[in-house]
Amino acid sequence: MLTSGVILLAGSLLSPEPGLIFWTAVTFVIVLLILKKVAWGPILTALEEREKGIQSSIDRAYHAKDEAEAALRKNSELLAKADAESDKIIREGKDFADKLRTDITEKAQAEAQKMISMAKDEIEQEKRRALNELRTEVADLAVKGAEKIIRGSLDADLQKKIVDSMIQDFSTKRN
Amino acid sequence: MKRFNVKQATAFFRVIALVLPLLFCVNSFASASPEESAPAVHSAAPAVPGSEPAATHAPEEEEKAGDVIMHHILNNNVFAFPPFGEVELPTLPKVAGIDISITKHVVMLWLVSGALLIVFSIVGGKYKNMNARQAPKGVANTMEALIDFVRLDVAKSNIGPGYEKHLPYLITVFMFILFCNLFGLIPYGATATGNINVTLTLAVFTFIITQIAALKAHGFVGFVKHLTAGTHWALWIIIVPIEIIGLFTKPFALTVRLFANMTAGHIIILSLIFISFILKSYIVAAAVSVPFAIFIYLLELFVAFLQAFIFTMLSALFIGLATAHEGHEEHEAGVAHH
Repeated sequence: MLTSGVILLAGSLLSPEPGLIFWTAVTFVIVLLILKKVAWGPILTALEEREKGIQSSIDRAYHAKDEAEAALRKNSELLAKADAESDKIIREGKDFADKLRTDITEKAQAEAQKMISMAKDEIEQEKRRALNELRTEVADLAVKGAEKIIRGSLDADLQKKIVDSMIQDFSTKRN
Repeated sequence: MKRFNVKQATAFFRVIALVLPLLFCVNSFASASPEESAPAVHSAAPAVPGSEPAATHAPEEEEKAGDVIMHHILNNNVFAFPPFGEVELPTLPKVAGIDISITKHVVMLWLVSGALLIVFSIVGGKYKNMNARQAPKGVANTMEALIDFVRLDVAKSNIGPGYEKHLPYLITVFMFILFCNLFGLIPYGATATGNINVTLTLAVFTFIITQIAALKAHGFVGFVKHLTAGTHWALWIIIVPIEIIGLFTKPFALTVRLFANMTAGHIIILSLIFISFILKSYIVAAAVSVPFAIFIYLLELFVAFLQAFIFTMLSALFIGLATAHEGHEEHEAGVAHH
């Protein structure tokens, strides 16, 4: 029933048709030329532009990333430096304060010591002067007392005898 | 998604067109006498585009399935819309001994060209009004996927540097073949790429472009030298004819591959449908003919894309071979020889 012989032997499947070849060529060339102008040109340029745009966007993004990383690194460096700086300042301030305190206390102590010693000196001086005064007073008093006693018991004859005996003694002893 | 639904609907309507006439002739099938089986075939035949004229002129003779299939596959000057009638295409006077009448396949070529021009003017217009920051939508997006595929995976990877100047031809040939293949799957349509004359013409274009590219790349001396394949002069008597034959086998392979693939699919679909008519059985129709025909139809949809891709890719490959690679091979072979 299925006359496969017709398909193969009639040669109609492979029969040349110059008219169809002509029309195919003409149609295809016209379509090619029109589409090249109307469609492929704009589409391909758009595709290329987009490709370039995407590439440049990627490049820009990487660039921005690098920049951001550099900025971040710089910032953290700055931060670390600032931290160190503030630490140093605080430490210095503390040191200075300590030093100042010790200085002040030392100075105060020295001052106090000095005042104390001065006071002691003065006291000593006063004491010495008072003693001197006392001594002269006592000596005066003693002299006055002795004068009074001596004045009361003084006897010219008796004294003369004593002095004579003494001269006697001296002259005998020299011999 | 939308396009897929359209194709599904196409297949569905085709099946309905096949099944409805069968249901109307249920009585004649019930009697199953040989005299009455012939009208059954005729009334079912309108479902197959192109079978109407064959059915009209032989009412008493039993229709041969092969004739109907061939009538559908082959080129002629009648455009048939089976249940509704047919359009006689005009016959033009011969020009320089060539019959340039408008035939069915010429009409299909023009329909395809019209569709291509409409679709791609719209797409191209959209791209003209678009700046680089906007993304394409709809048809433009769909076509961009195909164009970008041809541009990068077909042209750039096979031709290499300088692929841009071959792009318009490659994209056009891809779209042209693809649309021809798809239009052939629409009911009442005919597959222009299933005609060897059409595929031959396209292959000749590829051949011409390939040879021009080779001449431009190597110059005339290099082109002739290439025919010797860098062998010793004593071998030239064998090598040169082989190389010349090799030049022509490439377009011949392109021609036959596309033509045979597109024709074979249609013959299989029609044969599967005719199995049910030959065996006069609803069971065969429901269990074999219709499901298998739908399967082959879906396969044909895939083949439509595949063959367009293969033709384009081989064209690009031939151009690439003719321009860059063989030149290097030849050079290396020459260096190695001395």
